[in-house]
Amino acid sequence: MKITQVLKAVTTAGALALMMSSAALAVTLNLGNGGEPGSLDPHKVSGDWENRIVSEYLEGLVTEDAQAKAVAGQAESWTISDDGLVYTFKIRGDAVWSDAVPVTAQNWVDAFQRLFDPKTASEYAYLQYPIKNSSKIAAGEITDFSQLGVKAVDDKTLEITLEAATPFFLDALTHYTAFPIRKDIIEKFGDQWTQPENIVGNGPYKIVEWVPGSYLRGVKSDSYYGKDTLKIDEIRWDNTEDLTAALNRYRAGELDILTDFPADQYKFLQDNYPGQAHVAPFLGIYYYVLNQEKPPLDNINIRKALSISVLRDVIGPDVLGTGELPAYGWVPPGTGNYEGTPYAPDWAEMPYDQRVEEAKKLMAEAGYSPEKPLKLQLRYNTNENHQRIAVAISDMWKQIGVEVELFNAETAVHYDALRAGDYNVGRAGWLLDYDDPSNTLDLLKTGTKGSDGTINWGNNYGRYSDAKFDELMTAASSELDLVKRAGQMHEAEKIAMDAFAAIPIYWYVSKNVVSPKVTGFEDNAKDIHRVRWMTKSE
Amino acid sequence: MFGYALRRVLTAIPIVLITITVCFFILRLAPGGPFDGERALPPDQLKNLRAYYHLDEPLIMQFFGYIGGVLRGDFGPSMVMKDFNVSRLIGIGLPFTLTLGFSAFIVGTIGGMIAGAVAAVNQNKWPDYLLVAIVLVGIIIPNFLMANLVQLFFGVYLKWLPVGGYQPGSLIHLVLPVFILALPHGGRVARLVRGSMIEVLGTNYVRTARSKGLGTRLILARHALKPALLPVVSYLGPGLSYLLTGSLVVEQVFSLPGIGKYFITAALNRDYGLVLGTTILYVFIILALNLLVDILYAWLDPKVRYR
Repeated sequence: MKITQVLKAVTTAGALALMMSSAALAVTLNLGNGGEPGSLDPHKVSGDWENRIVSEYLEGLVTEDAQAKAVAGQAESWTISDDGLVYTFKIRGDAVWSDAVPVTAQNWVDAFQRLFDPKTASEYAYLQYPIKNSSKIAAGEITDFSQLGVKAVDDKTLEITLEAATPFFLDALTHYTAFPIRKDIIEKFGDQWTQPENIVGNGPYKIVEWVPGSYLRGVKSDSYYGKDTLKIDEIRWDNTEDLTAALNRYRAGELDILTDFPADQYKFLQDNYPGQAHVAPFLGIYYYVLNQEKPPLDNINIRKALSISVLRDVIGPDVLGTGELPAYGWVPPGTGNYEGTPYAPDWAEMPYDQRVEEAKKLMAEAGYSPEKPLKLQLRYNTNENHQRIAVAISDMWKQIGVEVELFNAETAVHYDALRAGDYNVGRAGWLLDYDDPSNTLDLLKTGTKGSDGTINWGNNYGRYSDAKFDELMTAASSELDLVKRAGQMHEAEKIAMDAFAAIPIYWYVSKNVVSPKVTGFEDNAKDIHRVRWMTKSE
Repeated sequence: MFGYALRRVLTAIPIVLITITVCFFILRLAPGGPFDGERALPPDQLKNLRAYYHLDEPLIMQFFGYIGGVLRGDFGPSMVMKDFNVSRLIGIGLPFTLTLGFSAFIVGTIGGMIAGAVAAVNQNKWPDYLLVAIVLVGIIIPNFLMANLVQLFFGVYLKWLPVGGYQPGSLIHLVLPVFILALPHGGRVARLVRGSMIEVLGTNYVRTARSKGLGTRLILARHALKPALLPVVSYLGPGLSYLLTGSLVVEQVFSLPGIGKYFITAALNRDYGLVLGTTILYVFIILALNLLVDILYAWLDPKVRYR
């Protein structure tokens, strides 16, 4: 008893001392950020946990509002030429870097030149390939960077020229690959420029502390044009790789927002913290790729039997427990630039028993039955959820005469095997980089032939190939009429899905936990929530 | 003694060299590379990245390039923690891992010794049963589960201690992590001390001391403790290296800095430079600790010294 009292006194004193030492009543948002950020360089980052930090200290020409829609950022206005090729941006007069240097159009010219420079080796540079000559510069075919379609007309006017009209280009500009950089700072500090003592930004918050493996801290930037509207004074991004531990910290009030939570805790959260677990549709698709380059999955009937015998309705609510919606098509619901009726195959409406009968018949035609089963290897990357789904689906396939061998491997090995075509059925997923149907549909385009004659299949692991599909996608990529373009892509989606180019399983959901103290956190399909729109009450 | 130590240090050099060589080539033989993520990169981007990290050079050139770098104290870049090189990451994380590891070592060793001795003296009485039960729980329950339990109990329900996170200079944030790390170590020490203490207490010379009329405390302090510590000392080396290398779970659960997680995640990410850097570091730590234990052993046990 005595020891507990002493302990209690000591902890209370410690907590008090801590509270008093912190600045007077600054509002700090404690964010459970997930993974460990490896970089703050907008040309080197790739994870959403890095995006959450980079997009608070840097801001692009356009930025996201609370609903993650593109709105004016560092550019106050812009015009687009009639042919959709030339974008002219007017940069805000009061846009200033955190070291008081004015933001200029040249900052973007420098940034895009660095992004595409082969020496930078930026992983995500391809997101800005709509810009004229960008892919040729990245490939080393053009070495004169002045040929890039990004020009500074004057200090505050930037002109960007595209290869072809691109309806989602403004949305792509919200991405961190389109953020400005300070060439002088990078030249001065080299790869140390992102360290807190050197870093300079033009966004709402300024990075002041980085403890690798633990957390980062940002404070309100005094030079940000919208500083008076910011309600949060400080952000602390904690690495929370252990989701259960992060939830414990949230329950103790140490974290205000969690960007993920263990799916099996959803019910607990709903019961005990009503309204705080946010599960919302998220632009992404979880699917199985089918290796169509070799037997037996080159047979469309077997692919069909596999796809229609998957009872998708139980995956989200029962197998995962977070209610992911079943997917039958290839473009997530709610994706922009996609007017028209969503793809819905006839068999999706059929009762499941009937689907299984149909699948059995198709398998029998191909010479397989539960007595003489088809043996398939199903590969997935090691993860508890992937495993649950694989077990459930292999059970659904058992009844139609498919014997599944489950094979799991760590992520690098898994994708290496998919890329090499060394599998029958493989788990994959895709989160949209920009809000446009072409971002998922392009996954099914025929690979491009390289200079050495080999075909680069990119992310088309199943090696699905259809001339009509490719033709429609190519036509859509330069179609200016958005309705016509959407029609072309709907047609392409139907061709690929009717051919069972892959097995869509469910649409992703975003999983956040948000404290009732925080307002301004709006669920949206991109799962992007900028702190500048939030408030926190104590 | 000095010659013995010098000989041991010199034999460490080939061990380190062999480790680097084997590690380097095994890593490259493993399927998948640092750029095999969820998304396939366009070929030109992949080419640029491979050139950036010199992965397009012949393997043997890369190997000698790496050895050359290591000799100059440069462990190369990290391909995942892109804003840091390996030396810097280790420089930031190591002091923290050492602090955490040594704190847990001291707490666990002292706690374990006391628990073991008390249990031995009260053999087959209730304090013995109680301590043995606690020790077993500490060893058996995996630390990620134990960490969650103490987080819930002391952090969420009682609100005595922070659940996780790290504040530079704040000791209170280290209480739970040190406890979790120390628990299995302390448990093993307690079992060793208990076992050897019971054995020592049954020896003839202890019985002689007792028959002379010496008190239990005096017997323990003067005659039983030192010989009973021998098996413990031989465990302390491996025990400490386990604490220093096995901090992954504690680092992740409590969001703490440190190199324990790099040791594991770097291998999964195929972050070649970081895997080699942490491996070399750990080889050094383990070699140094084993050497220290052997010297300590020689000091404690005359039989080893005069062999």
